Amino acid sequence: MKNPNAVRRRSTRIERFCLGPYSAWAVLFIVVPLLFVAYYAFTDNSFHFTTANITRFFTATSSVTDETGAAREVHTYLLIFGRSLKLAVISTVLCLLMGYPAAYIIARAPARTQKIMITLIMIPMWMNFLIRTYAWMTILQDTGILNSFLSALHLRRVHIIGTESAVVIGMVYDYFPYMILPIYSVMAKMDLKLLEAARDLGCNGFGVLRRVIWPLSLPGVISGVTMVLIPSISTFYISQKLGNGKFYLIGDAIEGQYVANNLHFAAAIAFILMVILLAAMAFMQRGANKKAMA
Amino acid sequence: MKMKPLSKVYTALVLLFLFAPILILLVFSFNQSKSLSVFSGFTLYWYRELFRDAETLKAVRNTLLLAVSSSLLATAMGTAAAVGIHRLRSKYLRAALDTVTNIPMINPDIITGISLMLMFVFVGRLFGAATSLNFATMLIAHITFSLPYVILQVLPKLQQMDKALPEAAMDLGCTPLRAFWKVEIPEILPGVLTGLIMAFTLSLDDFVISYFTAGNGFQTLPIRIYNMTKKTVTPKMYALATIIFFVILALLLISNLSDDDTDRKLKAAREKRKAKRAAAG
Repeated sequence: MKNPNAVRRRSTRIERFCLGPYSAWAVLFIVVPLLFVAYYAFTDNSFHFTTANITRFFTATSSVTDETGAAREVHTYLLIFGRSLKLAVISTVLCLLMGYPAAYIIARAPARTQKIMITLIMIPMWMNFLIRTYAWMTILQDTGILNSFLSALHLRRVHIIGTESAVVIGMVYDYFPYMILPIYSVMAKMDLKLLEAARDLGCNGFGVLRRVIWPLSLPGVISGVTMVLIPSISTFYISQKLGNGKFYLIGDAIEGQYVANNLHFAAAIAFILMVILLAAMAFMQRGANKKAMA
Repeated sequence: MKMKPLSKVYTALVLLFLFAPILILLVFSFNQSKSLSVFSGFTLYWYRELFRDAETLKAVRNTLLLAVSSSLLATAMGTAAAVGIHRLRSKYLRAALDTVTNIPMINPDIITGISLMLMFVFVGRLFGAATSLNFATMLIAHITFSLPYVILQVLPKLQQMDKALPEAAMDLGCTPLRAFWKVEIPEILPGVLTGLIMAFTLSLDDFVISYFTAGNGFQTLPIRIYNMTKKTVTPKMYALATIIFFVILALLLISNLSDDDTDRKLKAAREKRKAKRAAAG
């Protein structure tokens, strides 16, 4: 029999051999780059410390003309951030409202149907989002399919492209599968006996949904909401294509500064976005934990 | 359970919403005119144009080269990492590693892209390079964002594995390394393969992180599509989209069919084992 200590020593050696490359990689290419974001955010072009980039985000103003033609001063980046948040929240809520029933229906379908449905939902997800967004651009254009369809039905033509609605449609379409899939995977594992028990104990249909299905599906809902909210708040292609570049989102602001080679200000915007998202996520996680404990 | 009529209608509407835009692209890729609302006749002209577009063809080659190399490297490193994490005894070290692993999945792509780009530019400047973004920086970026997905596929397989199996192998005279190759690797192989496929498809599909870490010389297909949609688009783009659609369809069908196959094989193996145990008992 071998010395057990020798075996243990050797197994720590395997451990080190296995973990070593990844640990080094993770530090070098995940942690250090994030430190670089902070470093660039708080320095000027000659890498001297400054808070000017951060202050610029909160104080920069520009004048816009509203529908009445009157010009007014606005906080440029706060306005952009507010708009991004608004459109992302609307899109996330729409995805949830559309996706939740869909996920429920699929989870209750026969096993074979479930598999086919999930594959079908995944196909558009694997198509590049640039193509998906572009498809909507061609549909929503003033001379696009939607309008020729409407005029064929003798209905009024609509002007959608270049409006916030068009951007929301694009976001909902692009990220919809990310909402369905996590909710579905939680619902598919749900114990059906619990639903029956609730019914036996006198719950009506809505009661079962509110008291049993919804709380049980909450982890799926939370991961679905994060998976839609985060890409839609930080997108920069959808707004350019479907919003006709008329309104910037926070992702456009970052990309614009990158293209203009203002790396320090781009880093500052990215840094602020990251801090806000981390805070929001910690808050959401805490809320979820509280609910789970209650 | 059968589906209710209302459920059927709703699922049909969801599928219509998901597939109508893609079908429109598909149909108009065969359109004789450039119009996107009037179909004036069938042609394969745009497909011929696409296959004459040297830049797009080069982008396809670049994308495949990048996806193959980044997914293989990420799978090798990620599998090793999962094995290491699984054996880790220190709780704190494990929590720290889990947190770091989660970062690329939680962070918006734009921040991952910007952060890597800033580091590459800074390091490049240190060495006095005029442009520091090239194939190598993209490869690093793609490995980085694929790694967490590989680890997440492999780790559960290790946790599901019967701990007694490698121990039994070692009791029977295997060295730890041999026990690892002979017992653990075959057990986690399905997870490793899923991780590889995920890393490959993520790399194929990525635009945002590639956009920030690509140099001028190296263009992947998503970046090529981005550049194409910047100008007025010819239906050539729709031809490309149609081809991509059918490739994805084929890949998903194949992977689903083989999924069925592995499931069945695993089940058969388990039943065999059970029967043997029953016979022995």
